[in-house]
Amino acid sequence: MNVDALAAEATQTTAMVRTLGLVSLICGLIIVGSFEVTLPAAQANRRLAAERAVFKVLPAAKSIAEYVALPTGGIEPKVGAGETALPPGAVKFYAAYDAAGQLAGIAAEGAAKGYADTVRVMFGYAPACQCVVGIGVVSMRETPGIGDKIITDKEFVANFKALDTRLNKDLSALANEIKVVKHGTKTQPWQIDAIAGATITSRAVGKGINEAAQVLLPRLVPNLEKIRSRP
Amino acid sequence: MSFPGGGYEGKNWTEFMEGIWERNPVFVMVLGMCPTLAVTVSAINSISMGLATTFVMAASCWLVSLLRNYVPKEVRIATYIVIIATFVTVVDYAIQAISLDLYEALGAYIQLIVANCLVLGRAEAHAARNAPVPAALNGIGMGLGFTLGLTMIGGVREILGAGTFFGVSLFGANFQPWVVMVLPPGGFFVMGGWLLLFAVVRARRERIALAAQET
Repeated sequence: MNVDALAAEATQTTAMVRTLGLVSLICGLIIVGSFEVTLPAAQANRRLAAERAVFKVLPAAKSIAEYVALPTGGIEPKVGAGETALPPGAVKFYAAYDAAGQLAGIAAEGAAKGYADTVRVMFGYAPACQCVVGIGVVSMRETPGIGDKIITDKEFVANFKALDTRLNKDLSALANEIKVVKHGTKTQPWQIDAIAGATITSRAVGKGINEAAQVLLPRLVPNLEKIRSRP
Repeated sequence: MSFPGGGYEGKNWTEFMEGIWERNPVFVMVLGMCPTLAVTVSAINSISMGLATTFVMAASCWLVSLLRNYVPKEVRIATYIVIIATFVTVVDYAIQAISLDLYEALGAYIQLIVANCLVLGRAEAHAARNAPVPAALNGIGMGLGFTLGLTMIGGVREILGAGTFFGVSLFGANFQPWVVMVLPPGGFFVMGGWLLLFAVVRARRERIALAAQET
């Protein structure tokens, strides 16, 4: 077989490029089309999921508004959807309002490494008592039957009925760091009594809340008046 | 060999039934084990994963078959992967629109359908050599066979590991869940159990057939 015959047998370069280009074009149209079609439903789902999570930790809430706490100390309403829209260093939180449109509480997310993967918790903060009044789990992959006691164990959940998160005098940090202590040794309102046998997951919850509160509350508390009633 | 009890012997019917019974992807071909073992912690997760894969298989087999005479063999794998990735993305968006809980539960395994050897294997071995209708039917059959396999594993794991089936509590409050079944080892146990059962049944049937031949 001579060189010409070999060349004739192989596919032309242009044909290959054309085919790939055409297929990519069709596929691109399908992807963009399906994205556009599903976007409103997906966004509605995300909003519903956020509302559900907030209502769980703040039972008095009837509606929510999203805000961001800026690193410079101010707060402003969050614009746009998704995580990417946040300004650098800002923390997202939800202001929850009751039926009368008055502030019922603040909800925010904290996250820390648990036993299997990151444990993400939502906590509700009540400005009146300056304390955490409820938590819910946003996502976790902890061992079923052990790590998931952080939702089911009544004693553990009771830690978050009034977990003290008062700020220090110059409002720069929590007056007392939230600490997870060994099961049965809780003595202070800012301590969390760990679950016996699920210490690592318990610690992750405490650490997640502590880290989030240390950042969020010093920015939030001086600005509370701005969000007292529904915008 | 035809599906027992099936009176239809048409080609399309054979194409469709191939994946459901004779060459079931999970229990006979043992393909796509990554989602099979990872997402089958509950029946609903299994069935959702199976249906997502079914859609990807049906749509990509159909499109691959439609383009089979135009795609130069040098770029065929690239073309198939682009097509499969497209439909996986469509499923990904669709599940986000249907239920976020489901989306979280299935996690990265939806995107990983792209790399499911079952899907690429069918595109290469079947769809690229057959007309669009049989190719799509074969894809749907394989997908439903995959769904069936996943649900059989997921159902058992959910019943033993959580005491529920499709979220409905079966045994009441006194049941102590067999937690290992919803952990990764449980996937292997249940998969192995089903394979053992099918092997025993097959061996028994062959023995009976052999005995009938001899007499």
